[in-house]
Amino acid sequence: MNPGGAILGSLGRRRLVWALGLAICFAPTIQAASVQDIANTDWGEQLVRFFSFRDASLRYALVGSVLLGLSCGLLGSFIVVRRMALVGDALSHAVLPGVALGFLWNMSKDPWAIFVGAVVAGLAGTAMVSALTRTTRLKEDTALGLVLATFFAVGICLVTMIQRLPTGNKSGLDKFLFGQAAALGGDDVSLMAIVTLVAVTLVGLFYKELLATSFDPGFARSSGIPAEWVHHGLMLMLAASTVIALQAVGVVLVSAMLITPAATAYLLTDRMHRMLLLASGCGVLAGVTGAFFSFVGRGLPTGPLMVIGASTVFTCAYFMGPRHGVIARWWRHRQSAARTERENTLKALYHIWENGGFRDVGTTLADLAERRKETIDEALGRSRMLAGHGFATVDSNVVYFTPEGRQRAAEIVRNHRLWELYLTNSANIAPDHVHDDAERIEHVLGETVVRELERRLNYATVDPHGKSIPGPRDIHRDAAVRGGDGGVRNPEETS
Amino acid sequence: MSGTENQAAPLEIHDLTVAYHKKPVLWGVDLEVPAGQLIGIIGPNGAGKSTLIKACMGLLPMQSGWVKVFGQSLKEVPTRVGYVPQRESVDWDFPVNVMDVVLMGRYGRLGLFRRPSKVDRNVARDCLDRVKMLPYANRQISNLSGGQQQRVFLARALAQQADLYFMDEPFAGVDAATEAAIVTVLRELRNQGKTLIVVHHDLPTAKQYFDSLLLLNMNVVAFGPTAEVFTAEQLQRTYGGRLTILSEVASVLGAGNGGVNL
Repeated sequence: MNPGGAILGSLGRRRLVWALGLAICFAPTIQAASVQDIANTDWGEQLVRFFSFRDASLRYALVGSVLLGLSCGLLGSFIVVRRMALVGDALSHAVLPGVALGFLWNMSKDPWAIFVGAVVAGLAGTAMVSALTRTTRLKEDTALGLVLATFFAVGICLVTMIQRLPTGNKSGLDKFLFGQAAALGGDDVSLMAIVTLVAVTLVGLFYKELLATSFDPGFARSSGIPAEWVHHGLMLMLAASTVIALQAVGVVLVSAMLITPAATAYLLTDRMHRMLLLASGCGVLAGVTGAFFSFVGRGLPTGPLMVIGASTVFTCAYFMGPRHGVIARWWRHRQSAARTERENTLKALYHIWENGGFRDVGTTLADLAERRKETIDEALGRSRMLAGHGFATVDSNVVYFTPEGRQRAAEIVRNHRLWELYLTNSANIAPDHVHDDAERIEHVLGETVVRELERRLNYATVDPHGKSIPGPRDIHRDAAVRGGDGGVRNPEETS
Repeated sequence: MSGTENQAAPLEIHDLTVAYHKKPVLWGVDLEVPAGQLIGIIGPNGAGKSTLIKACMGLLPMQSGWVKVFGQSLKEVPTRVGYVPQRESVDWDFPVNVMDVVLMGRYGRLGLFRRPSKVDRNVARDCLDRVKMLPYANRQISNLSGGQQQRVFLARALAQQADLYFMDEPFAGVDAATEAAIVTVLRELRNQGKTLIVVHHDLPTAKQYFDSLLLLNMNVVAFGPTAEVFTAEQLQRTYGGRLTILSEVASVLGAGNGGVNL
């Protein structure tokens, strides 16, 4: 429950994330080599330079990327759970005029002047959005779009004007649009470190307040938490971390660094403090990936590469997330579909056995196919599937229950008939309406619900259609009876 | 007016007016609530039931009037007041589990920089047990049914250990078992001398559940013991004639001078 402390204290884990990031950087190098051939550079040499950290500019770029990934992931988590993702977008575009004005302050790329100018402009933008929504009938999305575009337009005009000025050192200002991590200097990186440190400390100190106001602002306010102050503080830190990320990621895409790592983490976990850690990790991973490819790509813009990195991580989480991932969901669906299929086959075997007066030695594939209205081949496939799970054995076109198989089959039939009886007796549904519902329910009824149903139905033995409901003695009879009797054949007997 | 601070009424409202976009929703509400009662607020849709308790909790700006809680302003005694908001007011996909939510009931008492301690966790666990949700403590909140969500909200309010509770439609859309469980807890609280003010929408059960009723339709139609207030005549006055003229006049005035001051 201590994300700030945990982030500071889990350097070991962070190193793991680093190693993971570098491993992922390595993976696509083979494909990327062809791009390098075109660029006519020595791939191996670039790689050695990157990992030996010889260049000061490379060191700055890397440290800067880690810092911005950390702060953006951390604060982005809160704007995602507060449903303020578009506010992040507006904020990042609104800072551009501030960047230009900060530059005009003393006609140089002074990080502090630009930082102050950009933060002020960003906050002015968000204040304008809330003023518009309060004083007019306009809704927040419209106000956001309007303010975002206006500020951005003013910013582009100012930046273009500055670049046409005859005087001053204008180098680097154009990098604010699409980002260039290699343009980071020592001053920039120390500013980034300060902002990140402040962000991590504040989130650690005020985690409780941030959590409560994000989940239920009304309740938080009613219990004395100053929700407005928390909101304003978060907006200020958000503006600050957007601004430090500007030079490396660029105005256009910086909001993606706020949203994408946090959205990735949101898919991967159900707890806020873990989301903060994961989002920071994803942010760092994306930042380092972007810096790496920008470096080996000789001046490719860093921002788009970082965002592509972040989106790649997001895509992986989308497909491979353990609980909410597409593959996991598909797999669970498949598993349950296969189970339903097996249980339906077992049920068919039970019905045949029941119709034969529980005397048959086994069920021929032809009977099973007839019952399920399928071909013999399909019946064979189903029987083999049952055999694979230990529910049946197949021997020269005859299917035999194993004890487990017969027990499960009796349970399914019991569930089905109990449910039908329950619906007809307790819910007053006509007997000819209950079958389809029972077909679905029979596979998901748990033992405790079955006990409850049996109790409520007075341990009835006959279902609405006059068929007998298998009781515990029918289900567990195999403990006593073995062998050919009752259609059960001991698995050991078949070779 | 109440006497000394110790005997001050749990809730005293004087001339409270609340407006949304200059249209008054509540108008000149006066109320003094006695201690140790289970009080229901009933009235037609749009009568200002939720607005009244939100205004009491300081969640909405007031056009006029004042609210005193135990003789003081709410800001001075936030820990004496508990709140159960409407279930729909939060995002149930939020990445927290049941225990996290109930612990939020302790935050008001903790103050800045302090994290929930073992004591707080035990309190939260007891509260979950009282609403029979302890087995769900580690469940992600999106996996709960409507009734379970409501019980979690009630447990969070119990964790506040307040003396006066405001509850906004705690019975809305819950199953019969949850409704019974909530009523039991509310009566227990009342028997401990706490005051509960509950927005309710179902008339037959209102008569059965509450000691006193507040019939509300923009202003207080009637307030008193259920047996006295729950009469055909009073209900007709509450639900029958919507106070259309008052509402129209007030909104015209509101648009004219920016406030409502008749």
